Order: sequence, then structure tokens, then C-alpha cells
Amino acid sequence: MESILQAEHLIKKFADFTAVNDISFDLHAGEIFSLLGPNGAGKTTTISMLSTLTSPSAGDAVIGGHSIKRDPMAVRQLIGVVPQEIALYEDLSARENLNFWGQMYGLSGKTLKQRVEEVLERTGMTEKAAQRVKTYSGGMKRRINIGVGLLHRPQLLFMDEPTVGIDPQSRRAILDTVKDLNHEGMTVLYTTHYMEEAQELSDRVGIIDHGQLIALGTQAELTRQVGETDTLILHVGETDITDGLVEKLRGLHGVIRADSTDHTVAVITPAAEEILAPVISAANESGIKIRSVDIQEPNLESVFLHLTGRALRD
Amino acid sequence: MKKIFLIGLKDLLLIFRDPAALILMLLAPFALTIGLGFVTGRMGNSTSSGISDIPVILVNQDGGQLGTALIEMFHSSDLQDLVAPSEMDDFTLAQQAVDDDQAAAAILIPAGFSNSIIPCASTASLDSTVVALQLYSNPTRPTSAGVIKTILETFLSRVETSRAGGIVSIEQMLKQGLIAPDQAMSVGSQMGAQLSAQAGNTASSIPIQTQNGQTGTFKVDTLAMMAPGMALMFLMYTVTYGGRSLLTERQAGTLPRLLVSPTSPRQILAGKVFGIFLTGLAQMAILIMGTSLLFRLHWGDPLAIVVLLIAAVAAATGWGLLLAAVAKTPGQVSTIGSAMMLIFGLLGGSFFSTDNLPGWVQTFARISPNSWGMDGFSTLALGNGLNAIWTPILALLAMAVILFFLAALLFNRRGFAAA
Repeated sequence: MESILQAEHLIKKFADFTAVNDISFDLHAGEIFSLLGPNGAGKTTTISMLSTLTSPSAGDAVIGGHSIKRDPMAVRQLIGVVPQEIALYEDLSARENLNFWGQMYGLSGKTLKQRVEEVLERTGMTEKAAQRVKTYSGGMKRRINIGVGLLHRPQLLFMDEPTVGIDPQSRRAILDTVKDLNHEGMTVLYTTHYMEEAQELSDRVGIIDHGQLIALGTQAELTRQVGETDTLILHVGETDITDGLVEKLRGLHGVIRADSTDHTVAVITPAAEEILAPVISAANESGIKIRSVDIQEPNLESVFLHLTGRALRD
Repeated sequence: MKKIFLIGLKDLLLIFRDPAALILMLLAPFALTIGLGFVTGRMGNSTSSGISDIPVILVNQDGGQLGTALIEMFHSSDLQDLVAPSEMDDFTLAQQAVDDDQAAAAILIPAGFSNSIIPCASTASLDSTVVALQLYSNPTRPTSAGVIKTILETFLSRVETSRAGGIVSIEQMLKQGLIAPDQAMSVGSQMGAQLSAQAGNTASSIPIQTQNGQTGTFKVDTLAMMAPGMALMFLMYTVTYGGRSLLTERQAGTLPRLLVSPTSPRQILAGKVFGIFLTGLAQMAILIMGTSLLFRLHWGDPLAIVVLLIAAVAAATGWGLLLAAVAKTPGQVSTIGSAMMLIFGLLGGSFFSTDNLPGWVQTFARISPNSWGMDGFSTLALGNGLNAIWTPILALLAMAVILFFLAALLFNRRGFAAA
């Protein structure tokens, strides 16, 4: 499969802190690749390097045959970037914003006008195009924020957590837009800390934590790493101290792994239904009141839990 | 180049859509100019000019008609509020008095001045060399000294015009045989007597432009001094706003977005600089046109105004850019910028004449575009042209180059994206 991006041993350090630690991966043309990881995992820093905003401390990446270090201007012609934060001029209208950004990508004349109208239509903003961005809702701003990244029809689109802080309806619209773009042939690198989004969108997923790519593959390949296991999630009271319970659970027969986070205890087991009763007994013995229980079949969340001992939202 | 232009225009549009910025850029200078106009009487019925009783020492060693005419002119009723002339015999002592800040200027009318201009049958010929007047200015009172210089130049201009006209007339009369060669000197003397009478005639107006753009009696328009002061002070606000926008764009994410587009950091920086410059230019142009229309204020020679405007805005832009390069947050730019605007306004003479400030303060004030700008605008308001303001123009342009260089150095060191 043709590769549009090859990242090789990318490292980014800020003084003593290593934000991205030796990341390597390829992106296949026409795929949606998600970088899944909690906040602070290094997703945005990775996108910043790949989009030539910041230079890697070490390593390199080649996009469309151009090195991000040696030929950043050529790389910028090929990529589109949808940043995590809304990066628009609030005192300009949607149309004025799109016109300005289009011209920054070298569009002009009829082509510019045509692309602007296309993007407005795609994002459903044609009717409100003349209004200033500051009058829009968060979801509308997000849509225009994405639209700017599409104006010049990039070969590769970087989308950095584009659904953070928006209503479910706008989120749905954005996810559908990403799928539509991919169907039209656009390669997408999508970062998120929402497991559901990565599962819904991605052909392949890279799981990133503490600046390292800890797993990479299709969803099927990743869940196979966990094996035929279920994850039992116990939701406990806010004031309950779960350390004792976790120790007890680890001693139970059939428990592969038990970890606690804020108000939840996660138990990985080959047969969730079978150990449910002993788990609840152990909680009662420890004086911990269980508020609810979820049983999850293997998914990206359990893969992350399996690899790190922590939930994605931590 | 196109992207630089587009970024600049975008910034211009954004600032003109910010009501708060518009108030400080345009409304505040207008309001303050009007306020100061009332305080100084320019907006009311008072005839006070705001600049008055300029001490000037006259040393008349000529004794001729023109020397006397010049002395009489300084004592005329037209100038009685504006200047406070005194006379001395020794020009060295007069210079000493100027050095001691007792006068804004001293004028020496050398012996033979009148005879070098007015043909006299016994002592001069038509092509004799003109003896020059000497003006000794007080550098710590540039505005007052400028007024004296303008009065003197106006007087000399009239004398020179009449002299040249007289010579041409006599030559024509000789050619056409209307007078004999031996009559030329006596005719010249008669014409000279008329010339000195005209130059020294206090009833006749000195042809210098007044605020309504017509020739008339000599008058310094206070508003023509104050309006540039306010405009220059609030120009510093505008460039500060522009510098702030660089950091605001970084915080808002639009600068990183520009940096990942196929636009080089140099183009972006140049575009931002162009935007600041364009905004400053637009602000000053609106203020100048507004005050001209509303207050019938005469700023001076339009070409000179344009050149001075470009130089002043370039220097101010340099300060805005340096501020953006030094500060880390938009808040810092606003705080430092506000302080800079007021300090430069005070030192630069936006509120009052700096003539009486200590010498070292006046020297320090030269770091501000306001100071040089005020010199230039004041000189133009006194009726001078482009030739009289090359010093402030060059100083402002030099300031702009130095500040741009320093800012570029800082941006380069810190990295533009992190600026």
C-alpha cells in the first residue's frame, strides 16, 4: 500500500521534558489513522511536528516525498491542518475567513470563490456565511475551523481533536464529514482521546501514552493483544478508598488484572459473568458500595487499560 | 508580496471593526484636541495663540533702512503678543543670553545689510553681494526658535522678492532707454526706499499662511500644534495595538495556523508590520482630514505632510514591533504600550511645549517619534515646506530602521512562533 507519510524516530523535547519519545509510523494513502491517547500523551506535539509548526528535536518525517525538516514549504502545500482550538478571526465573517485562508494557500479568483462556496455548503454554513464568527455557536465555529483546512483540497488532513467541547449534534456532523472526506480519497490523521471516535472512524489506530507509541494496528489487531477477555468496570462512591479492594480482587481466581482510578475499579477477566458475584462480595467485605457495573467486551479502551493500567480518560 | 499585502489589509479591517480600538484611535484624539482647544482659547473667541512672548534679542549694527524696518516689525502690534523683543549692541553678549536660556533666539543685523540690498549711488552697485543676517537659535526651545526663524525668513523672502523685482525693472528700463545708465543708481535708491517702507510697514501683513490657508497677518494656530500632538500620542496606541495583535494571534491559534500554511514566517512578519503601518497611516490620515474639515485646521504643505506622516508612522511602527518582540503576552504589550504612549506623549510635547524642560529630558525625549514628529508638524504649521523638515524626517526613518532591526533580532533569537 502506498505510504503518504513516514515518521521515523520523532523526538520532541522541551528542556528536560520529553513530549514525544521516539515515535515511528507510516500512513497509508486513503486511510483514516487515529492517534488515540489521553490528554498530555503527545498527540498535539506529534501533529505540530508533522505539520511543520515545530521542529523535531530528533528524527524526521517524510510527507509526499518531502522532509518536514528540509522542505517544510513543500510539505505545507500537501497538508491541511484542523487545530484543536478554534483558529479563526472572530471579527471576520465565515466567508471572509475562508477567503483569507484560501488566499494564504495560494487560491485566487474563480477557484477561490468556488472552493469557498463548496466548503460553506459542506459545512452547512452557507446561510450564515456573512455573519461574523464571534456570533456563532461552538459547533458552528468548529465546522468553519474544519472548513479552512479543506479549502485547498489537501492530500493529507491533520485533525487534532476536532470534537472537543461541542454538542452531540455537531460532533456527529464532524464525524460524518471526516468519513465523507475519506470516501472522496483524502488521507486523514485524526487525534482523539475518545475511544468511540477512534473505533468508528479508523482504519488503523496508534495508541500513544507519555509520548510513546505503545501500540499500532487495526482495531482487530489491537484487541487481539488483550486476548479473549472482558473488562468489568465497577463505579464506586466518590469517598471510597479502593486500594484494599483492588488487592483483594487481584487475589481472586479468574482475575487477570485489577486497577483502580478515580471512582472506578477495572477488572480484566476471561469470564466477567462468572466472577461478578465474588467481585461484589469482595467490595462488600471492603465496605465499598458499588453504584453500577459495566461489562465491556474487548475494545480500544480495554487495550489501553491492558497496556497502561489506566483508563483513557485519566 | 501579495500575502504580505493580504495580511496587512486583514489586520487593518480587524482593527477598524473593533469599537474599543476605534474610540481610542480616532474619537479620543479628536475629543482631546477639542478639549485642549477650549482650554487654550482656540475653540472659543479668545485670540490667544498659546505660544506667546517669545524672548528674542535683536542686535542692529546696520543702521540702514531695512535693519530699522526689521526692528520695527518685531515691535509691531501684529507681533506684540507673539514675541518679546529686546535689543543689544553686542552680538556675543546676545549669544551668551541665548545660551543661558534667557531668549529663544538672537538676530544680528550686520553693518551694510541695507546697503547690500538697496542700491545706493555712492556705495553700492546693482550686483553687490548681500550681507547675510545671522540667527542664533536656542536648541532647547525648538518651537519658539522655529517661530522666530519663520518670521525672519518671511521678512527676507519679501525683501529678496522685491530686490529681484527691482533689479529686473531697472535692467528693463535701461534696455528700453527709459532711463540713462547714470540714472540707474538713483532710481534704484528710490525703489529701495519703497521696499524698506513696505518690508517694515507694520500695517501690511506678512505673507504667511494662516490656519484658513489664506495669506494674512502672522498667526500661530494653537490647534495646529495640539492636533499633531494628540494624533502622534494616539498613534502610539495604534502601533501598540498592532504589536499586541501579533501575540493575540499566537494565543488565538491563528498565527500557528498561518505558520502551517505555505506562507513563510518572513511573509507573516512583514504582513503584520505592514498591517501596523497601514493602520497607523489610516488613523493619522483620518485625523488630519477630520481636523482640517471640522476645525478648518491648516496642517501645512500637503506633500511635506505626507512624507512626514510616512516617516512618523514608520518610526512608531518600529516601537510597536519592538514591544511585541520583547513582551510575552498581549497583556504585557497593553501595559507597557499604555505607559509608553503617555511618556512619549508628555516628553514629545503632545500636552505642552517641552522648551522649558531640562536639557537632558529634551535629549531623552528624542527617542520618541512624538518629539521628532512634533518638530516636523510644528514647522509645517508655521508655513514652512518640505525642505525645513528633513532633519525630523531622517531622524524618524533612522529610528524606524534601528527599531525594525532590533525587533527582527529578537524575533530571530526567540523564534517567531514563540514571540
